[in-house]
Amino acid sequence: MIRWTELVVFLILFLLVTVLGFVAVRWQRGGDLNHLDEWGLGGRKFGAWVTWFLVGGDLYTAYTFVAVPALMFGAGALGFFALPYTVVLYPIVFLPVLRLWSVSRVHGYVTPADFVRGRYGSSLLAFIVAITGIVATMPYIALQLVGLEAVLRTMGLNGSGIAGHLPLLVAFVILALYTYQSGLRAPALIAFVKDILIYLVILVAVIYLPAKLGGWSVIFGAASDKLAQPSPTTGKPAGSILLTGTNQLQYITLALGSALALFLYPHSLTGVLASRGRDVLKRNMMALPAYSLLLGLLALLGYVAIAAGAKPITNAATGRPDTNTIIPVLFGDQFSGWFAGIAFAAVGIGALVPAAIMSIAAANLWTRNIYKEYLHRAASPQQEARQARLASLVVKAGAVAFVLFVDPQFSIDLQLIGGVIILQTLPAVAVALYTRWLHRWALVAGWVVGMAYGMYLLYLIPNPAANRAHFGGSALAFDKLTVFGWHPFAGSQVQIYVGFVALVVNLVIAVVVSAVLHALKVTPGPDVTAGADYHADEGSERVKPVADVPVG
Amino acid sequence: MADRARTGLRWSWWNLLLLVPLLMLVTPWFNSADPVVWGMPFFYWSQFLWVPVGVICVAIVYIKTKGDGVPTPDADPRVDDLDEGAASRRAGR
Repeated sequence: MIRWTELVVFLILFLLVTVLGFVAVRWQRGGDLNHLDEWGLGGRKFGAWVTWFLVGGDLYTAYTFVAVPALMFGAGALGFFALPYTVVLYPIVFLPVLRLWSVSRVHGYVTPADFVRGRYGSSLLAFIVAITGIVATMPYIALQLVGLEAVLRTMGLNGSGIAGHLPLLVAFVILALYTYQSGLRAPALIAFVKDILIYLVILVAVIYLPAKLGGWSVIFGAASDKLAQPSPTTGKPAGSILLTGTNQLQYITLALGSALALFLYPHSLTGVLASRGRDVLKRNMMALPAYSLLLGLLALLGYVAIAAGAKPITNAATGRPDTNTIIPVLFGDQFSGWFAGIAFAAVGIGALVPAAIMSIAAANLWTRNIYKEYLHRAASPQQEARQARLASLVVKAGAVAFVLFVDPQFSIDLQLIGGVIILQTLPAVAVALYTRWLHRWALVAGWVVGMAYGMYLLYLIPNPAANRAHFGGSALAFDKLTVFGWHPFAGSQVQIYVGFVALVVNLVIAVVVSAVLHALKVTPGPDVTAGADYHADEGSERVKPVADVPVG
Repeated sequence: MADRARTGLRWSWWNLLLLVPLLMLVTPWFNSADPVVWGMPFFYWSQFLWVPVGVICVAIVYIKTKGDGVPTPDADPRVDDLDEGAASRRAGR
């Protein structure tokens, strides 16, 4: 049954952002769009407001808005890690992001891998960083689609087979076309609509729903009761509204690890590099926590859903109830038709903005660090821009294929792994902003070992509730921690975030191997960056002109 | 001083304020239900209070390190001395 009111409101808003996506090509028009600085970074001149909406729209994705309350719904207090994660995030990245912006502006870098290439003179290390970024981003785009489709199906566009995917395909072809045409300006402009809708919906939800359901004490009471009930599959309680002895460390390391990982994702850096200057970024580091407040409130909607008795929709592909549908279901049940339509549009448009930015970021990585590096070294800026536009289409087609032909659970697993693998680029990207002491070959070695060990630990984690023996989550019990078969913490059920463990291993290897290589006097490779590059601001003589055409 | 220009590292004591929000990762401090405010356990509402703490710390660092980028400090000759790269580059023009 199609919910017409919701659908009409949704379509009107979708039409609005489609128009915005196409007219964005004329917005803040500067140079020629046939240059990556213009197509891929919006001319590198976004001010504080645009950057706030763009980065906010980029980091706080539809999937985040769906998955965080779902985790609260299923596991309780652990899901609230999203709040400390986004509080510690900005103080941690404040200084390194400024350095990265400056050095990228001076040398015309478009991707984090470009910086690594310049800093270490190693195309292999740059390739590793680029591939890691692309692999971590792809499932993330697919998940945005999963979020969009969940909303479309909730509104009654719930056909079976390919016909059921048709609305998603239409939405995505439109997105692909305006991203191809307008580049980063399209999501930047749409982000205004997306964020305003999200703020509106969440604020109404956290004020209206608790009042309707009898207040926060009723909600927390209901959540506490439900989470304490033993699970039918494991016989243990699903969670609790406070942290337990075993998951406190997981809460801390998940928050810290996620904060360290977020600005290593290529799409986050795309938003950063598109800004005009250091002052714009600094002001954003102060203002972006407004979204953290929002995310914390949103997380609580997971408990509201428990109190409201919302039932997750059973996923036809896996045959299990999909807790990620809990927020759309809650909105559909509790709001009147037209406001539910706005809420669905907020989630749907909230999927389009990050999907566009992520595909642009992945396309930039492909073009700069694989195509130009290995396939067509003499590529002109025009050829680069053309290649990136085509790559953005390929990336999106790949994400659609993921949704059409692969179990959605696989995307969720990959996204989970994505955080673990993107963290492995921290030594090569973030540490390198401060020191070149870590040797380029040591960074390669650290990446290989950290990645392999992280994957192995993820493989060891079971999920009894979902009846899976491997890749069941990112919380590793110390009991399972193994070093060549030796279990240093056998018997301990205390949990820790796998990404954190793998990062520590990566760093230890990088430091030890660096010390050895320095002792052996192995050449560290050329560094084209200079100290003052890391402080260059807009207007400096050092910065490269935007959309610069190389001479000769 | 030459080393400083080479690595491009600068330091402000105000930067230490950026470590303060990390204190919210000490979960045992707030992992309790009491005191309850508006029906919300301490665990939840106390963590919301850390959002303004983070904003204030970043804001102070922002205000105190304003204009740390080049070219703004170029106007200050003392900083020029520190920043050999920028000075020699300008001399070359």
